[in-house]
Amino acid sequence: MTLVVQLMLAFLIICAIAVCLTRDLLTSVIIYMSYSLVMSIIWVVLESPDLAITEAAVGAGITSLLFFLTLKKIHAIQARNEVRSEHGEQKRGGERNG
Amino acid sequence: MAKAWKERLERWLTEEDSALERRMIAMQTREPDEESDEPDEATVIREAQERTVEQDVAERVHAWKERRGSKLMRRLYCALCVCVCVTMIFLLLFTVSTLPRFGSPNHPINNEVSARYIEKGLQETGAVNIVTGMILDYRAFDTLGESSVLFTAAMVVLFLLRMDEKSDQYSPLARVMREMPHADTYYEPHNDVILQKAAVILVPMVLLLGIYVVLNGHLSPGGGFSGGAIMGAALMLYVTAFGFKSIHRFFRYKTYQTIVLCALLTYAVSKCYSFYTGANGIHSVIPLGTPGAILSSGLILVLNICVGFIVTCTMYAFYAVFRKGEV
Repeated sequence: MTLVVQLMLAFLIICAIAVCLTRDLLTSVIIYMSYSLVMSIIWVVLESPDLAITEAAVGAGITSLLFFLTLKKIHAIQARNEVRSEHGEQKRGGERNG
Repeated sequence: MAKAWKERLERWLTEEDSALERRMIAMQTREPDEESDEPDEATVIREAQERTVEQDVAERVHAWKERRGSKLMRRLYCALCVCVCVTMIFLLLFTVSTLPRFGSPNHPINNEVSARYIEKGLQETGAVNIVTGMILDYRAFDTLGESSVLFTAAMVVLFLLRMDEKSDQYSPLARVMREMPHADTYYEPHNDVILQKAAVILVPMVLLLGIYVVLNGHLSPGGGFSGGAIMGAALMLYVTAFGFKSIHRFFRYKTYQTIVLCALLTYAVSKCYSFYTGANGIHSVIPLGTPGAILSSGLILVLNICVGFIVTCTMYAFYAVFRKGEV
């Protein structure tokens, strides 16, 4: 049991660092979601199921939903696809020119 | 392997702006003339002036970036950042290492307050779940404050993000929303069959779980806040699958206001009663019931239901306001 808990704690640290280092906002929100889920399991292990329910519902569910909505409103999710297609066009154009 | 990682790191360090920043710059520098057909002279001159000022500032920032002293400053800044981080990590780890062990009997939290909660909690509040007894009986005033804070936050989000008649004068987003009321669902698949079939099964189950968590708050883990959050998530799933048109059949802004106001008032009035009786030493007429039964623990059940309603409606209101600017 302690090994599992320690693995989960290590996962939390890795998640916290990965959220800072990811450039893609959508990916960092998803990493944050997984952080909250593992955190709620740790709450259960620490014998506070009340907190675990709240963490799973608010941290993993509602907060990330609001983050997704915000990303959509500032066109961060949309922008990525457009930039990708632009890149593709430039590459094709470059091949044609070269 | 190592070379690839090094290249990636270098690219990451030298990359000037991400896709999002590039997109934002493109949006900002787009000519605003396409919206207004014939702008009068004054606005043209003012916009030209603003543009030259912006360009001037941008050029000066660019020149400052290129200068040598600023590069040194940036390096110094990085070094200072690393120093501060390392110091903070060291200090915090040192503090954690001196804390008492988790769950040890000599822990300073093992004082007379928690002893009283554990020994007399069931007898005084009638709630089997000590946590709920604490939150909604001993510390009910705090919980009233929390519910009011949540309500205030929802109101502030409404003030900031709500679209009305005047907002399309200064917000392009509001203009788009006015011209195409369903622009919000433009990028989403209409009548997504998989989502709708999944929602048909999941929404009632999630709602039932939320109601169970709220009603059993005094018997099992959970309570008003967590159950309310679960029910709010169910409402969000329903809206995502079926759209705002179908939820407007039973949930409008008026409904939201009525439910939240009634719940807050009920909470405040019932707590006023128990404060009054408690402070004056009057015996409360509300029976505590048998511990373990669903109708027990006096006011705690009522307060749980109130908090559950407030949290459900507020979570849904957050979602709706974030998504289309009104409830």
